[in-house]
Amino acid sequence: MKNTQMQKATKTIATLAAGFALASTSFSAFSADKLVIESWRAEDTKIWSDIIIPAFNKSNPDIEVVFAPVPTSSYDSALNAKLKAGTAGDLITCRPFDVSLSLYNKGNLTSLNDLPGLASFSDVARSAWITDDGKNTFCLPMASVIHGYIYNKEIFKELKLEVPKTESDFFKVLATIKSESRYTPLVMGTADQWEAATMGYQNFGPNYWKGEQGRKNVISGQEKLSDSQYVKTFEHLAKWAPYMGRSYQSQKYSDSQNLFTLGRGAIYPAGSWEINGFNAQADFEFGAFYPPVPEGQDTCYISDHTDIAMGLNANSKNKKSAKVFLNWMASSEFAELYSNQLPGFFSLSKHAIDLKDPVAQEFLSWRGQCKQTIRNSYQILSRGEPNLENVLWNTSVGVLNGTMTPKEAADKTQASLVNWYKPQQ
Amino acid sequence: MTKTSAGKPFPWHILFFLGPGLLIYFSVSVYPLLDTLRLSFFHESSDGSLAFAGLANFTKLLFDVVWSEPFWNATWNNLVFFFIHMLVQNPIGLLLAVLLSSPKLRLSGTYRTLIFMPTMLSVVIIGFVWQLLLSPLWGITENFMWNLGLEDYFDAWLGKESSALVTLAFISVWQFVGIPMMLIYAALLSIPDELSDASVVDGANPWQAFFYIKLPLILPTIGMVSILTFVANFNAFELVYTIKGALAGPNYSTDIMGTLFYRTFFGFQLQEGSLTMGAAVATLMFLVILLGVALYLFFFQRRIKRFQL
Repeated sequence: MKNTQMQKATKTIATLAAGFALASTSFSAFSADKLVIESWRAEDTKIWSDIIIPAFNKSNPDIEVVFAPVPTSSYDSALNAKLKAGTAGDLITCRPFDVSLSLYNKGNLTSLNDLPGLASFSDVARSAWITDDGKNTFCLPMASVIHGYIYNKEIFKELKLEVPKTESDFFKVLATIKSESRYTPLVMGTADQWEAATMGYQNFGPNYWKGEQGRKNVISGQEKLSDSQYVKTFEHLAKWAPYMGRSYQSQKYSDSQNLFTLGRGAIYPAGSWEINGFNAQADFEFGAFYPPVPEGQDTCYISDHTDIAMGLNANSKNKKSAKVFLNWMASSEFAELYSNQLPGFFSLSKHAIDLKDPVAQEFLSWRGQCKQTIRNSYQILSRGEPNLENVLWNTSVGVLNGTMTPKEAADKTQASLVNWYKPQQ
Repeated sequence: MTKTSAGKPFPWHILFFLGPGLLIYFSVSVYPLLDTLRLSFFHESSDGSLAFAGLANFTKLLFDVVWSEPFWNATWNNLVFFFIHMLVQNPIGLLLAVLLSSPKLRLSGTYRTLIFMPTMLSVVIIGFVWQLLLSPLWGITENFMWNLGLEDYFDAWLGKESSALVTLAFISVWQFVGIPMMLIYAALLSIPDELSDASVVDGANPWQAFFYIKLPLILPTIGMVSILTFVANFNAFELVYTIKGALAGPNYSTDIMGTLFYRTFFGFQLQEGSLTMGAAVATLMFLVILLGVALYLFFFQRRIKRFQL
């Protein structure tokens, strides 16, 4: 009696275990051609799932692709945790430079040297996702973003304002908006911190440090971040505070976006990535202008930042399908789709693309007029402790909130670099 | 002796009943804790491999100014956060408990539920709601204060270096005041009516009855509430992360141990996460909490008089 019961129980357990085993094998068989894309661009989910992935499936119907984004601010931490646990997706959206380089060095990303699609990208486009010795490319470049200012054309018309070309024009425009209307002249807050550095310091700063020249000189140690051109950048930033609207200290990024698209603000220090959202939200016409140059300077500089790429998870079980997808991402079909569906993300491929969005065209036209550079904290300089990018957020906010003088801020950024960076010591 | 070893079979039933609980406790609590301690003695190289590093992480954390400054700043902010809870949350909790336990109060069940409600809400919701309430752009606080004639005192509290941490602490107090209230309330209810009746007969006024009869009887509960507050505050993270992000601005004025740990372990923006430094921060957090609890047990718990009711 007891024995039969025991046997029965064992049998049940055995059946259950077999069932589990069966279930798990059938699951892995099913997922053989399912690609998961890790991304921080939660805003783009609809475009990926409704347009880009269906376009890919037309030519490759047997590969299922899932776009699985997380919020921007938790992307890097979430991705790292997933990679460590072995649950990360097959395709990984790459941040530029060191963050992705370290993923490659840790063996999380595969070298893409043998990918035919890479031929569609120039060396400059690849520069953000290449090892220091230049031998291995580990992400397929997707797009760059350009910094500038987006303005409300109706408010400009109402107040009879011209698009500013020089710095003094710029501050005159701000003063006019402030004294003659109830609009917020400059729509930006410091609560989330990053805008102060990205849309402030890195936006007009290249005008002072002469773009690539200054960026490379800091890397080589010939210039210091406390030199006069960097102090001037912070001084310019400090002058923004009176125009930033009441209580900007607790204004968040989403608050700023809402303020501008509701038509309550005139000028929005921006990156081109805002275009798509603004097109959907704002019911007025808006335009863009590049960072006004300091008096007497002829050359303008823009931050044309290699921002986004796609890499292949080294532990992916579907590498073959993933490479098919990556090759497709190098095609002109993808470049055309991506640049037009997400105006403001400018494809880095060599294919000639027809841009349809007028504001995106405006941003792109600056490439012909101004010299291009990328954000100066991204390459090499944020490798040590304290992290330069974090310090720039902190000091830029300090300057805007009036808790730090421009000189103190510049000294602090330099001190953080001297702390670990040999060429600056 | 031979009788016990031979006569009594091994008490399998004890293992049977304790087993599942112990298993869960060891796998999700003890093992991760020990592994964190182990990790904090290692160094992670750029290719992801680990090498034993002795106390290097801790000397770096405590003596290298790049790490020690944020660490002490976070510790100090955490202490401020804790003291605000001790000075505001627990006295208010006590007061509410006393009011609720008063037999004359009507609708006490409703109040109890309402006050306890925020405790059960997600921190994300609390953070979102309070950010909106306090927002100078869309919030209602400014109008509300204007109605009271206090509009001059309104400010962007959450955005200013001087007020952000205190504001966050008050939001947290608002959310969690229900816990000390419930615990103390339960303790007050367990005091027999005869005791308070007797004190009234002996001529004690309500204040005396509270301070000399009830307070000594609920002191052990207040001690427990304090230590719970301490542990919870030094493990706090979600509220600051929800409202201020992992960089805990402005100028790290709202950075507490939890956010410092998060930045160190997971990394932030261009800052890379470090498994081992993160483990070192977590270990120090554990030691701080351990020290706090030990001090409490030594100086407070042992001296409390307990009364048999």
